[in-house]
Amino acid sequence: MPRNRHACNFGENMGDDKTLKHLPLEAMHEEAGARFGAFAGWRMPLTYPAGVMKEHLHTRQQAGLFDISHMQLFAVEGDGAAAFLSRVCPLDAAALGEGKSKYTLLLDENAGIIDDLIVTRLGPSRFVIVANAGNAARDEAHLRKVAEGFDVRLEALDRALLALQGPAAEDVLVNAGLDLSDLTFMTAVEPREGWFAARSGYTGEDGFEIALPPDAAPRLVEEILADERAKWIGLAARDSLRLEAGLCLHGQDLSEETDPASAALLWAIPKNVREDGGFIGAEALARIRADGIKEKRVGLKPEGRQPVRSGATIVDGDGRAIGRVTSGGFGPSVEHPVAMGYVEKAHAEAGTRLYAEVRGSRIAMDVHPLPFTPHNYRKG
Amino acid sequence: MSKTYFTQDHEWLRVEGGVATVGITDYAQEQLGDLVFVELPEAGKSLAKGDTAVVVESVKAASDVYAPVEGEVTEVNSELESDPSLVNSAPQGDGWLWKMKLADESQLEGLLDEKAYKETIA
Repeated sequence: MPRNRHACNFGENMGDDKTLKHLPLEAMHEEAGARFGAFAGWRMPLTYPAGVMKEHLHTRQQAGLFDISHMQLFAVEGDGAAAFLSRVCPLDAAALGEGKSKYTLLLDENAGIIDDLIVTRLGPSRFVIVANAGNAARDEAHLRKVAEGFDVRLEALDRALLALQGPAAEDVLVNAGLDLSDLTFMTAVEPREGWFAARSGYTGEDGFEIALPPDAAPRLVEEILADERAKWIGLAARDSLRLEAGLCLHGQDLSEETDPASAALLWAIPKNVREDGGFIGAEALARIRADGIKEKRVGLKPEGRQPVRSGATIVDGDGRAIGRVTSGGFGPSVEHPVAMGYVEKAHAEAGTRLYAEVRGSRIAMDVHPLPFTPHNYRKG
Repeated sequence: MSKTYFTQDHEWLRVEGGVATVGITDYAQEQLGDLVFVELPEAGKSLAKGDTAVVVESVKAASDVYAPVEGEVTEVNSELESDPSLVNSAPQGDGWLWKMKLADESQLEGLLDEKAYKETIA
């Protein structure tokens, strides 16, 4: 085998590690001919026989079905739920309407990003959090510690989580007996007992994320896949889709070493929340903003066809190191390499010519606006 | 009259008149997935056995292809610059990677024939 030379976020040929956790629908992926690999401690389907290129394009053109059951749901309930969430996240949870979802962050005292999350309000004192698999244990410990000061119950939910993404997603779900056509982007409902469905995703396309009891999942999958517009899509295409859409992957583009201002995620923190503070990390974030950020997350478009990968050093025209690539690969829809990374603020303007050091040579690239592909969300 | 050899690193060599055409096997291309870029050496480059000769890049990762024997690069498959997917569609045909003049044909003796190679991936 030509040996893999770059660490990537999912390990090829590592799907046989005995310590990995298994998806509840693993047998269905085996049946579909998936190639597996390790990601965030889980044995995940990376690709199916169609391959990453076709899977990626299929999602943008029709409907891609993703098993994202590795992600962790937490129920947050109690009279203090909104106050707790507004403390643990830079969020105005009390102002979040019922059935509304919000992209937010877990910050530490230094405004370092512990994780990025979606918080949804389901009732007056009932919320649900969707967290990243790799951070689930760290998140839970942090949430529980902060929850001690509030009248709130936190429960890690045992759910299968499916995402159906792409222009045909709504229609496929209607045919599968799940009519979510009333939802708009970042709104959610509980269509059945123990279920939770949101119009959201990680591809830039219209689509849905559906949490449901694991034993109910095979039936829904069968009903979705009975529609030939829907196909299983692996983690490899999930990564290229989100990168084209300019969406961050925690552990690569975000970490406890990055803050929301440098990560260009201030849009996720409402202005009144920024001004009023009150959330963990508020003082540190205010200080960072007052001092001015040193580096900023930007999109990067390498010239030519050679991909620039995570970890590559970014230099300016004089060869001075001014940043690093945090995600990079090839964008099947845009048909050129795509990347994002952090660069010194003076070099963060769109159109700035920079270079990535790859195997001893320099690849020219330009700072590029994000996303690379337009978002096709179903806004209200 | 050409003869084809294989390596445990999933490369093939077709040798004719002291020159080997080198590529990766169908098994290897399947493992790598869709290729989007192939970094080829310059003609004239000397390769020791085990040197990185080519880097193949799929959507998500870059992988090295090693020189299976010592020699000098005489030609590279420039078609791959515009269409790297030839390695996926015809790994043992139009998707060949480079040609090299062999420094020492006795190095071929340690390589596998097709039958022995197929047993390694069975």
